Amino acid sequence: MAHVPPARHLLRARDAADSRYFEPLGVEDLARAAGLSRAHFSREFRRAFGESPHAYLLTRRLERAAALLRTTDRSVADICLSVGLQSIGSFTTSFSRTYRVSPTAYRAAFPPAAQHALVPTCVLRARGRPQHRTFREDSEPALN
Amino acid sequence: MIRIANAQLWVHDQDEALAFYTDKLGMEVRADVTLAEMGDFRWLTVGPAGQPDFAIVLMAIPGPPVMDPETAEQVGTLVAKGFAGTVFLTTDDCQASYEELMARGVEFTEQPEERPYGIDSGFRDPSGNSLRLTEVRLPASV
Repeated sequence: MAHVPPARHLLRARDAADSRYFEPLGVEDLARAAGLSRAHFSREFRRAFGESPHAYLLTRRLERAAALLRTTDRSVADICLSVGLQSIGSFTTSFSRTYRVSPTAYRAAFPPAAQHALVPTCVLRARGRPQHRTFREDSEPALN
Repeated sequence: MIRIANAQLWVHDQDEALAFYTDKLGMEVRADVTLAEMGDFRWLTVGPAGQPDFAIVLMAIPGPPVMDPETAEQVGTLVAKGFAGTVFLTTDDCQASYEELMARGVEFTEQPEERPYGIDSGFRDPSGNSLRLTEVRLPASV
């Protein structure tokens, strides 16, 4: 078996952050994915990828949150929870610091999500057909 | 006409890579030749069964005189960090292929998800090279 560079284990941790960001995942869990102690892992991760594992996981979550703000009409609180963050206050602060606008302002800068949702034509036709309106001539005769 | 015949991936261990690309991904061995006169250089290529005119070269990272030890170390580290390149695979049914590969022990880094261009998923080979598995589907006109 050829020598496996230590970075391959660190990549497992980064992949875990990318694929499991929506879970209540912390640096401890990422260290476990790499098979390293937390202190050693954080140092080696920073050396390999130029940022701390905490920063990588947070920015992955913020990137996913930004995508959900652009492509869904879910609430900010819901989006915060769905990217694995617990505190809406901290989420808003981190998001605003990173994107230089609040989550709400960020969303407002893009066209509404409904505009580019690829809803199949059959669904649009089925749901878009209006309710038939009459002037009571079609309604059931009143019982007197 | 210019066509693509082979594209190369660096791998840390050719036997491990061969097992992954054949046993797990279901590719065929196209060439596996060891040249004693060239320091046991092994030319190893694999390709998808239905695509005979294209193959991936699974290339071991060489030592001197081809590559100095420091560069070899850097290339090995780049591969291990996942920065050495991506192979983009397509499939007719991403979900079915995903389940088939999962059953064979492929560890996915991204499960199949809807994208504007179709359904996309991702995994890595044992060395760290990135592979995408995509069911390309252009949006139907409304």
